[in-house]
Amino acid sequence: MKKMVLAAILLCWAGCLGIAQAEKTYHVSVNQFVEHPALDAVLKGLQDGLNEQGLTVEYKIHNAQANMGTATQIAKQMIGEKPDLLIAIATPSAQASAQAVSRVPDRLKRPLIFSAVTDPVAAGLVKDLQSPGGDITGVSDQLPIKEHMGMVLAFLPDLKRLGVLYNGGEANSKATIAVIRELGGTMGFEVVEATASRTADVFQAAQSLAGRVDAVFIPTDNTIIAALESVIKVGIDRRMPVFAADVDSVKRGAVAAMGFDYYKHGVQTGIMAARVLRGEKPADIPVEFQEELELHINMKFADKMGVVPPEEQLKKANQVYR
Amino acid sequence: MTYYAAIGAVEQGLVYGIMVIGVYLTFRILDFPDLTVDGSLPLGAAISAVAITSGINPYLSLLFAVMGGFLAGMVTAILNTKFKILHLLASILTMIALYSINIRIMSGPNVALLGTDTVFDAVTALGVPSHYSSLLVFAVFSICSLALLVWFLSTELGQAMLATGDNPKMVTSLGVNTHAMIILGVGMSNGLVALSGALVTQNQGAADVGMGIGTIIAGLASVIIGETVFGSRSILRAFIAALLGSIIYRLAIAFALGLEIGDFSFNPSDLNLITALIVVAALIFPNIKSRLIRH
Repeated sequence: MKKMVLAAILLCWAGCLGIAQAEKTYHVSVNQFVEHPALDAVLKGLQDGLNEQGLTVEYKIHNAQANMGTATQIAKQMIGEKPDLLIAIATPSAQASAQAVSRVPDRLKRPLIFSAVTDPVAAGLVKDLQSPGGDITGVSDQLPIKEHMGMVLAFLPDLKRLGVLYNGGEANSKATIAVIRELGGTMGFEVVEATASRTADVFQAAQSLAGRVDAVFIPTDNTIIAALESVIKVGIDRRMPVFAADVDSVKRGAVAAMGFDYYKHGVQTGIMAARVLRGEKPADIPVEFQEELELHINMKFADKMGVVPPEEQLKKANQVYR
Repeated sequence: MTYYAAIGAVEQGLVYGIMVIGVYLTFRILDFPDLTVDGSLPLGAAISAVAITSGINPYLSLLFAVMGGFLAGMVTAILNTKFKILHLLASILTMIALYSINIRIMSGPNVALLGTDTVFDAVTALGVPSHYSSLLVFAVFSICSLALLVWFLSTELGQAMLATGDNPKMVTSLGVNTHAMIILGVGMSNGLVALSGALVTQNQGAADVGMGIGTIIAGLASVIIGETVFGSRSILRAFIAALLGSIIYRLAIAFALGLEIGDFSFNPSDLNLITALIVVAALIFPNIKSRLIRH
């Protein structure tokens, strides 16, 4: 009997402890650079991700409204709020926050997690993706070009020449094209480039590729995507399949794309944030990339451009437009 | 507003204050509305960041930034004076051209400076805690820029520049070359703006091609806040007012960032609205005060 009472008391005590632990409220300050559908989706995903992890979190959310000066001030504001964790969404906010964290006295140092940063090493946030080493780690939205190229090859196994349309003035596209060229060598296709610096020049650039390539790939290039319809038109007229790197372009007429879901990107950030809040050191958490990519296929335009989507791709697809 | 946010605001107010002094020079002294600043601020940042990453001393990089800004301002002023393009349009043209030029300079839209040498390291090496080093550096640079500019305007050349803004016809009849005065003045203004950009970029750890957006808005707002709150009876007083106006503007943002009334917290997207309302309050205050005193 005595033992049972003791056990009951112990159980109760452990239970209370458990509840007390579950009810701890964490404080998280967020530095978001600008209101933008993708970044807003990251924020939403982040909150849902932390929620799914069973953590009670109180947020202080700041938005720099696209002003770098304000992003710097927000970084200071967040230090003053003394939260358990800092989160920065988009590169400029991440850089401002990282600089603020690096300067504060030790008692105010807090871990920082970044999200929606394309190249954390070039941005100076971490020295090494595998072991960040400092107080900073996060999730990168770098395009997995290899998987994109794999998708194009799955559609067109006999691909010999791949045309790539981009604007030479966009840093992301320049970085992407270098990777594509490298992959072309190992995967066995030749890369033919065409550039357009204004949306008005895109049509002509697309026409210059017609007849010289088996397919066209469009990276996440703001200029080309703004004038996507003119590329699609050339693609239909000359039976030249057009592939993209973002799923929204599929709706507009690209044959297929593997894309990025920024909401899931946020959820992934949230899961990482929960690990840090539970006591893991950012120094030991490698920078993560998006794990799940969405595959969208447009049957109607595939047919118009003379390509038959393979069965296994259709099975894998998250969305098929007919 | 937390202590850290307040320190941060004063810091930002001082460093952007150098830009505001430059804006005051064109906008009020030369009567030349100059939008080049949206391009020359990131120009200074780009030059300084690229110089530092290629191993040039951070202080020397500031000098290059100032020279770059001066050239940009000269282009605007030459387009206006020699080619008779309206000042607003001339400055817009330089501003949009600088967007591409800045990308060229940085070979991309963003250069990271995290972990590199900056002007603050020399100060921290003297024993100043690192979180106060930027405050100190910015205070020294803004006060020195202000003092130099006020001294310059008291020289004969400076007096001619003041007169050019006031009454170009009369000055021309006195044999002053007004075109040269405008080119020099707009150049100096943009040199200051570029210096501000270079210091900002070393403080925030990156230069970004988008960092100039809204500079002229912050500049004009600060100039007018300063004038309204502190007056502009003498040249010295007017420039000090412009610098203080910049600090008030940044304090308004810091205040808006930390604002919570009871359980009601504002939406993050309300920031610009609240900042505007606080600035309105700051502008109305002296007016009400003077009315109360009169009655």
